[in-house]
Amino acid sequence: MTLVNLTPSDEFEFKPGQGDVLLLACGALAREIVDLIERNRWTAFDLQCLPAKWHNTPDKIVPAIREKIREAKGRYKSIFVLYGDCGTGGELDRLLAEEGIERIDGPHCYAFFSGNAEFERHADDDVTSFFLTDYLAKHFDKLIWAGLGLDRHPELLPLYFGNYTKIVFLAQTRDEDLAKKAMAAAARLGLAYEYRFTGYGEVLARLQNHAG
Amino acid sequence: MSDDGELDLNSLNDEELVQQVHDDLYDGLKEEVEAAVHILLGRGWAPYKVLTEALVEGMRIVGVDFRDGILFVPEVLLAANSMKAGMFILRPLLIATGAPRQGKMVIGTVKGDIHDIGKNLVGMMMEGAGFEVIDLGINNPVEKYLGAIEEHKPDILGMSALLTTTMPYMKVVIDTMKEKGMRDDYIVLVGGAPLNEEFAKAVGADAYCRDAAVAVETAKSFMARKHNQMASN
Ligand code: B12
Repeated sequence: MTLVNLTPSDEFEFKPGQGDVLLLACGALAREIVDLIERNRWTAFDLQCLPAKWHNTPDKIVPAIREKIREAKGRYKSIFVLYGDCGTGGELDRLLAEEGIERIDGPHCYAFFSGNAEFERHADDDVTSFFLTDYLAKHFDKLIWAGLGLDRHPELLPLYFGNYTKIVFLAQTRDEDLAKKAMAAAARLGLAYEYRFTGYGEVLARLQNHAG
Repeated sequence: MSDDGELDLNSLNDEELVQQVHDDLYDGLKEEVEAAVHILLGRGWAPYKVLTEALVEGMRIVGVDFRDGILFVPEVLLAANSMKAGMFILRPLLIATGAPRQGKMVIGTVKGDIHDIGKNLVGMMMEGAGFEVIDLGINNPVEKYLGAIEEHKPDILGMSALLTTTMPYMKVVIDTMKEKGMRDDYIVLVGGAPLNEEFAKAVGADAYCRDAAVAVETAKSFMARKHNQMASN
């Protein structure tokens, strides 16, 4: 006999469109957020994501978030944004201050997954590191390799990555397949490889605060 | 037309060939750009004329379409790489023929940041506009900037940053220059996608430049002001 008998009907499945706290997030965090919601059986949250590929064109982020906030205001008790500054140069924070909406602290997801203070502490040693998260390891080919045009023009590789020494895989879950992908990505870029388990870092703590 | 159906650059007149260089730069065709540079030089064009009319003008068009969201980073990088190849041919000739000199610039990406595509492009366009450019590369602490200023005595200091976490370092450099009483001896230009004018003002730079073309225009107008001031003193 098992002590914990989780049959499928006991599992908690996140369904969009139900909670009264809206999480507005980068698509690169969607899987992690849903995982946290399901594991913790949080019912407070609804989730809307914007395309992760805007990572490379941060100009698109702030207008899209403004639009989402307009649509959502009045329909939710509160809104919480899961985005770093992400290269918006403070624009995102200006918008959120105007709207009176909070976001997770940090310049980008590498920092808040690692823990912002922890990331700072490593900063000097990590100057020539290129970070992968679970999401980026999984979608390396599409988002990074093809996203930077390296599929069409592999000769650009030294111009992009010539100054880098290693890939640091900031892992949110202990997933061997993803680690293999990250390792393969490092090999493809001609860089050394380091594995650092971060878990969900500050995403967990901040969602806990808002879960009610 | 040559045997393999490719365009024979030699068959084009000067005007067509320059137009073709613009197109080839746009398409990032490095070998074609190199070939055209050789042909124009062979036809007796001054190196400076090849540089400005073929390369710089071609890259200006690329810059406009990048700003307008028609071209993206990979295309810009390919174009820049083709221009670099063309400049490599021209550089020794420019020195030998004594092309006009606008001034001197030291440029580098700030400490903690190793993004350099934009900085390299600015350096190249400044060089194309007749500035002598000393490129300090990436991840520069304040000492590196000060050392280079000391050594090269430039007119302009340029700093680049692409990370929100590294932009504030520009203030460290400028404050150090102030402490040493040397801030006003130099024109300080800053750039990088997350910056803006307000930020440049806050850190005490002379100007923020949105792109390489603006950097060149801004540098030229500050140099003109500097010369006027010197003339009136
Ligand atoms: C290409 C790129 C990279 C390349 C860099 C290759 C290289 N050799 O530089 C790679 C993939 C390696 C990379 C790495 C990283 N990147 Co990056 N990168 C970009 C991207 C997509 C484009 C930058 C670029 O080259 N643009 C093209 C050039 C032509 O434009 P530009 O740099 O703006 O330069 C122009 C003007 O700004 C101006 N200018 C620039 N410098 C100067 C200087 C002077 C003096 C003047 C006058 C003008 C001027 O003129 C230039 C020419 O027109 C940006 C997003 C974006 N669209 O901005 C992210 C971005 C800047 N990167 C980002 C991040 C987080 C990183 C990494 C930490 C990611 C990681 N996974 O590890 C590392 C950084 C490591 C480090 N310590 O620096 C974030 C920054 C977020 C933030 N909060 O700050 C961005 C915004 C992406 C994002 N949304 O997450 N990156």
